[in-house]
Amino acid sequence: MTVELTKSGGGPGSLGPPPPPPPSSSGGSGHQASQAPRIPHGYHGYLRYVAGKLAGAAISLLAVLVTSFFLFRMIPGDPVKQMTGGRQMSTEQIESLRRQFGLDQPLWQQFTDYCASALTGDFGTSFQFRAPVIDKITEALPATLLLTGTAFVLYTLIGIWIGSRAAWRRGRFGDRFHTAFALTLYSVPSFWLGLLLIVTLSVGVGPLPGLFPTGGMESGGGESGFAYVLDVAHHLTLPVITLVAVEYARTLLVMRSSLLDEMGGDYLTTARAKGLRDDLVRRRHAVPNALLPTVTLLFVNLGNTVAGAILVETVFSWPGLGGLFYQALSVPDLPLVQALFVLFAASVILMNTLADLVYPLLDPRVSR
Amino acid sequence: MTTPDAMTPPDATPTSPRAFVWARRRRAVARFWRQYRTHRAGLAGLAVLVVIALLALAAPWITGPDARSVTRAPGAPMEDPSAEFPLGTDQFGRSLLYLLLWGARVSLAVGLLAAFLSVAIGTLVGVTAGHFRGWYATVVMRITDWFLVMPTLVLAIALATVLERSIGTTILAIGVTTWPTTARLVRAQTLAVESRPYIERATALGGGHGHIMTRHVLPNVMPLVLAQTTLVISGAILTEATLAFLGLGDPTVVSWGGLLQDAREAGAVSSGNWWYLAPPGLAIAVVALAFTLCGRAVESVLNPRLGASR
Repeated sequence: MTVELTKSGGGPGSLGPPPPPPPSSSGGSGHQASQAPRIPHGYHGYLRYVAGKLAGAAISLLAVLVTSFFLFRMIPGDPVKQMTGGRQMSTEQIESLRRQFGLDQPLWQQFTDYCASALTGDFGTSFQFRAPVIDKITEALPATLLLTGTAFVLYTLIGIWIGSRAAWRRGRFGDRFHTAFALTLYSVPSFWLGLLLIVTLSVGVGPLPGLFPTGGMESGGGESGFAYVLDVAHHLTLPVITLVAVEYARTLLVMRSSLLDEMGGDYLTTARAKGLRDDLVRRRHAVPNALLPTVTLLFVNLGNTVAGAILVETVFSWPGLGGLFYQALSVPDLPLVQALFVLFAASVILMNTLADLVYPLLDPRVSR
Repeated sequence: MTTPDAMTPPDATPTSPRAFVWARRRRAVARFWRQYRTHRAGLAGLAVLVVIALLALAAPWITGPDARSVTRAPGAPMEDPSAEFPLGTDQFGRSLLYLLLWGARVSLAVGLLAAFLSVAIGTLVGVTAGHFRGWYATVVMRITDWFLVMPTLVLAIALATVLERSIGTTILAIGVTTWPTTARLVRAQTLAVESRPYIERATALGGGHGHIMTRHVLPNVMPLVLAQTTLVISGAILTEATLAFLGLGDPTVVSWGGLLQDAREAGAVSSGNWWYLAPPGLAIAVVALAFTLCGRAVESVLNPRLGASR
């Protein structure tokens, strides 16, 4: 994918800008995956390739576990003190807390215990909620999936739609306008955009009434059925707009430059020579080919969006993983932070691996 | 890349090697500037940056000594915009316009230093991984790949959480998490440079590893590194604002992300005080965009294959 991205920016025929640098506001880099796969012939070749990619992903996951364990042990001070928030406690109470969280064990044993339980989905007990971490995560997961899923579908469609049109009419006003507009939104901090949307559309400025709820996922009026769906959709609107606005630039720019790369192709001349309408040439011939690099980017985007939603969820009090992460950070609630860190990293790794696995199936050229 | 100037034979008789080198450098800079000037977006970005940098540097003289003092604040808390306070005041009665100026110092400083750290690590790793092949390169590139997969923001947040809250921590967290892209780019370029005959010549003449890396590879990698730096800065500024907004920055300094966090905590969102919220974010966006525009202009000057996106 790295190759796709650099190629798409640097193709000889492309007047386009290179894809923008990794955005930090959305939590990841755009150049994430390993090198473009070069796969030996045949079915067995693909199997070997898959095995290699899976092994790489497993190693990455293990490295994430190791990091999460040692990183959060670096916190200065005693975890028990942080847990109790500085309240006075007797020595026995402290000792029992230490035992309860396994802090009296030697470090290596804590580590092996941690790995073993993490692999079974047990990340211990949250300091602040006094509930199993995994329960808090499963509670928050649907909200995050709803938000990121909706945003993902929308910015993918918008990015591909505008990107392909911009490339087809490159250099014209529409192309330059959309590229500049997307780049500008891309430079905007997502949390700020969210705050502004809340101020203008939820609270209302001047004569403007509040059109949307300021936060949360539902009004809690006990609606059911269709009314509930409408209510959630109403709450979903602004967070989704925010996420889409800051994220669609990446899809747009990659789509645009990969289509620009295709535009010199002889097969397009053939298609035009057949007498096809310009519109059909684009939709049936050019876009499907240009979609390939974009598709791999999609997976990477999806993994990043989950992590990037941290800020949007915080701003909109969305009851998802990102909001949970923010709550955990402010304590800091180590087991919860640790588990979410692993989860966010794992989702990116998973998506990158999926992209690696799917790519050769979509593009038979790489196996040749 | 541009043709390496080190290879072009001297066309004028140099008075001394040093004078010759400096003349060549001056010519290179002049040529770079001539081409950069033709990129309108890049020029606009540069102009914006110069203005903001000057304002940030002059902040202490513009605002007076008490601009950041909570106890000796000139205005009433949460005032609306007025002639005296063009952007209103914060919850302590401080002028928001002045705080914005002070914030520019932190955002620019952190952005530049973090980007510098990130690119320095990336260049070091990239050049050494490209120069020393074998197990060293394998191990280092494995680590790089692994850092590439980690979600940058999450890792930076984790680092900022576990270390004490200070500007140094923010710089470290950003620098340590964003270097792998640079390392990959620089390594690829190093491999390309090292396959050229003049490297073989230098080795044959007895040039050691250090000599080859610093005298032959590094100068040829520098243009790429420069372009990469300008692009990394805008990301670093955004990340700094994000960390400050999440309450992971230094609570004692005024920064744009910190201002937004203050605004949120002071209830500017629910009371609709858009004049408190809008300027800091706008400033972040403008600076980030300006650096991106400069970076793209630098990139297309130094790497004409990218095509002129004027």
